[in-house]
Amino acid sequence: MLDSLTILGGRSRTGEPEPVGRLDLRVGEVLAVVGPTGSGKTTLVNDLELFADGTTSTGRKVLVDGVPPPSRMRDEPSASPIALITQHTSFLSDLPVGEFLLTHARIRRSPTAAGRVVEETLAFANELTGEPIDARSRMTDLSGGQARALLIADATVVCDTPVVLLDEVENAGIDRARALALLRRHRKAFVFVTHDPHVALLADARLVMKGGAMTALLRADEADRRLAAVAGRMDFALARVREAIRAGERLAGSELEAFA
Amino acid sequence: MRLAVVAGPATTGKTAVLRQVVRRLLARGVAPAFLKIDVQYADEDEALAAEFGIPTRKVYSGELCPDHCSVMVLGDAVRWAAGAGAEVLLVETAGLCLRCSPYVDGALGIVVLEATSGMNLPRKVGPMLSLADVAVVTKIDRVSQAEREVFRARIEDAAPSVLVREVNALHGIGIDPLLGTLLGGPQLVLGEDLEPRGLRLRGAPPVGTCTICVGKRDVGWRSHFGVVRPLESATFYRGE
Ligand SMILES: Nc1nc2c(ncn2[C@@H]2O[C@H](COP(=O)(O)OP(=O)(O)O)[C@@H](O)[C@H]2O)c(=O)[nH]1
Ligand SMILES: Nc1ncnc2c1ncn2[C@@H]1O[C@H](COP(=O)(O)OP(=O)(O)O)[C@@H](O)[C@H]1O
Ligand SMILES: [Mg+2]
Ligand SMILES: [Mg+2]
Repeated sequence: MLDSLTILGGRSRTGEPEPVGRLDLRVGEVLAVVGPTGSGKTTLVNDLELFADGTTSTGRKVLVDGVPPPSRMRDEPSASPIALITQHTSFLSDLPVGEFLLTHARIRRSPTAAGRVVEETLAFANELTGEPIDARSRMTDLSGGQARALLIADATVVCDTPVVLLDEVENAGIDRARALALLRRHRKAFVFVTHDPHVALLADARLVMKGGAMTALLRADEADRRLAAVAGRMDFALARVREAIRAGERLAGSELEAFA
Repeated sequence: MRLAVVAGPATTGKTAVLRQVVRRLLARGVAPAFLKIDVQYADEDEALAAEFGIPTRKVYSGELCPDHCSVMVLGDAVRWAAGAGAEVLLVETAGLCLRCSPYVDGALGIVVLEATSGMNLPRKVGPMLSLADVAVVTKIDRVSQAEREVFRARIEDAAPSVLVREVNALHGIGIDPLLGTLLGGPQLVLGEDLEPRGLRLRGAPPVGTCTICVGKRDVGWRSHFGVVRPLESATFYRGE
């Protein structure tokens, strides 16, 4: 079982060595990747997923437990210890959800466990999204939020890999803080590419991207933890207002008073 | 001299994959040549010659089926490529007919399928997949990792002995292992005259007495002989 991943820094878009020359990520840790659009966040996540060996555009190298990974991890997707959830929120697959998950569970887990794994996956997904997913609906008919919830559940329950990478989860209609809390129950390393302050503050560290390079690694400190708690309350209050508006209710005007 | 025959439905990424392969062969100092077999139009030969300066050519199958055409010309093509100093001949075929396949024993057979094509495709392409050595799955950048893994499982269900390689042919991701398979594959045996010895079409081709192929265009099974079938019958009837 994998214990840690290491990224050895390569070069920025302009060819300079990356300021962060080495980054270690241990199972059980949550890393937030932050930075403006175009700063190289997705590229970093792709490097991890591909176990970059110095030949990608960034020149980065990825080590597993301190050494280059065996080629099997790269060549055989179902042997990879990394599950990646990309920014895509639509499926092209024309299978019903149940059959899709069953096929995936069969190769990732075992034919005998597949049925149970599928049920667990659907239950997990339905905790993340407000619109329940039916096993008989076609993958292509899922909404953005349902698709994203299903992908997170698939990565966590079906793949059950020690490392999960999520590229900008916030764009779809799922509850991020709840997702993070649910994910924390599983002992994994999580890498979140995120613009969401609450999610970023809940992480153990923030990796700052700029110009295609890893420019700083900020470990969460006391100030971050204090802010995370307040951001959580603000998120919660805002979510209540959002729900009230969606439900067609009139508002009192004082709902966000505590933060005014 | 090595030979790879690459087949697959139109626009799956055969040329994009071969472009990446050619780039890497040249970087390793291995000389490739390229042949395109198509029915009536192709410009891959010109594009690859312009881009890499390698020997390329094309042949139009016209009235012949492209796989039939490939059996006719492959011997000549190997002789041409060997004469041009190539160490690897890459053949891109149209792959139109799902009943047979263009692969030959003694050479690497590669089918190119796209991850975006729907989960039933592996069941539909028949010998083009099942007789291949390697199935290259392109456009993995367009689907989720979960879909990619399930697509692979569908291929392995349809063709358990075929080696699957996932690639993003636009960015050259996943191509390197393919190169290992190609360069580790069989060598052709060439005679004095550079003509390959012992190349044989793989698998059993379909029955060759098709009245439509020989030009009879009337619709309805009563107008035909050989292998015919009416709508209300699940089995093919031979010998009319
Ligand atoms: N996104 C993406 N596009 C691809 C990939 N491979 C091929 N394409 C595109 O698919 C189209 C058809 O590719 P081509 O190689 O001409 O297909 P061929 O007819 O099989 O030779 C072109 O627009 C390619 O750029 C891939 O891996 N990812
Ligand atoms: N270190 C690097 N060297 C060269 N190109 C890079 C590097 N990092 C990122 N890029 C390129 O910059 C562009 C934007 O990067 P991307 O990862 O999509 O940014 P983000 O996800 O932060 O919006 C992409 O075309 C990517 O290939
Ligand atoms: Mg991005
Ligand atoms: Mg082509």
